[in-house]
Amino acid sequence: MERTEIESKLTDLLVDELGIEREDIRADAKFEEDLDVDSLGVVELLMALEDNFGVKIPDEEAEQISTVGEAIDLVEKKLNG
Amino acid sequence: MNDRRVVVTGLGTVNPVGGDVESTWRGLLDGVSGIGPITAIDASDLPSQIAGEITDFDVEAFMPRRQARRMDRYGQLFWVAAGEALDDSGIAYEPDDPAAYRAGVVVGSGIGGVATFEEELTTLLEIGPHRLSPFGIPKIIANMAGGQVSIDFNLYGPNTTAVTACAASANAIGDAAAIIARGSADVMVAGGADAAITRFAMGGFAQARALSTRNDDPQGASRPFDAGRDGFVMAEGAAALVLEEREHALMRGANVYAEVIGYGMSADGYHVTLPRPGGGGAARAMQSALDDAGIVAEKVSYLNAHGTSTAANDVTETMAIKTVFGDHAYRVPISSTKSMTGHLLGGAGAIEAVASVLAIRDRVVPPTINLTDPDPECDLDYVPGEARSVDVQYAMSNSFGFGGHNVVLLFRSP
Repeated sequence: MERTEIESKLTDLLVDELGIEREDIRADAKFEEDLDVDSLGVVELLMALEDNFGVKIPDEEAEQISTVGEAIDLVEKKLNG
Repeated sequence: MNDRRVVVTGLGTVNPVGGDVESTWRGLLDGVSGIGPITAIDASDLPSQIAGEITDFDVEAFMPRRQARRMDRYGQLFWVAAGEALDDSGIAYEPDDPAAYRAGVVVGSGIGGVATFEEELTTLLEIGPHRLSPFGIPKIIANMAGGQVSIDFNLYGPNTTAVTACAASANAIGDAAAIIARGSADVMVAGGADAAITRFAMGGFAQARALSTRNDDPQGASRPFDAGRDGFVMAEGAAALVLEEREHALMRGANVYAEVIGYGMSADGYHVTLPRPGGGGAARAMQSALDDAGIVAEKVSYLNAHGTSTAANDVTETMAIKTVFGDHAYRVPISSTKSMTGHLLGGAGAIEAVASVLAIRDRVVPPTINLTDPDPECDLDYVPGEARSVDVQYAMSNSFGFGGHNVVLLFRSP
């Protein structure tokens, strides 16, 4: 999957499943500070990533994600090796 | 602390008859039924296929979608009712407002987030625990309606929840009034909600033989005190009252609807779902409310009955009324607004308190609809069919719940 495709799919996920405003979503946006995603929202995000991209994200890897760009990086790495 | 009196300064509701207080009240006075065929779920294999649904509830008109999806419907309904009640009272607190530490919430809910429970249990069984929502538990628990309202409306005082089934929100109002009377708060949002038109709840209540199966006549199905009644009709909804210490309300020039003057409770100590035959438990709760208020039964000018439309309740409640009221039982106008709203379970006590308070405000009592062929054992004046002008000075509201919980509230004209 192309990075741009991952990016647009992830953006749709954040809008549709977490209810985040589309215009707030940028690669450097921090989930907790900029997008107001709390600890429960992070769990929800991970489930959405696993469901929609068919990847498995262990907790220790999940803990490394703090921005939208990092989430894209992780999914891209998982999908494309 | 007994000189602290408690008044009602705000009302809110969303229910099958109306989306706010005034439309609901007009509907109740006009004898409008909120009952229809169930549309929210597949009811084709359920014994009871009718309910009081809020078909036009648009939660996103009240809160962002992002928040709405973190709340079960029961919590959303209570949130909307609480917001209307606070607006109506003219009370709003900014974060960290010192007065907000003297304002709290008591919610009643019979079952809490039962729809979410079903969804999550399905996920657990079909997929596994790793797909359970992180919001599952916060959505399900019956206290979260009160928790969420305290978060969004900045209410930092006492906050608790009553779960006494169909009496829950009557307990919430009585407990909230007691919290103010003893000096622990000046303002309390009190009420309740349930949203139990789900396959589990509808199936379970049907197995308990509690629900009407008059599926071919939805609007005629809730017929309290009528010989043809065959069970209660499930409904969803919420109602909330703002209770306030009287001096606090008068000082800020608030509109005072009524005073909360009596709160009585008892337990049947008899059976999980059936009332004690003869209505002794209900009678003790009614007498206890009168004693709490320090008035005699003859003072009561309107009684909003529990009146569920079940075979057992309506007869035993009638007996209880006769026990407590004596000859006055035959003179006091009694009505069951459940004939129109259906049974809101944990929201019932609160919406019926709203109706009682508005009966005081407007000096008119809502009717019991569908009462065309009274049960011979139900021989009191249930205000059949049409609303009636009555000089309502004192209104009593009865609420009884599975478990044998009997709760009675008394309101007085301010």
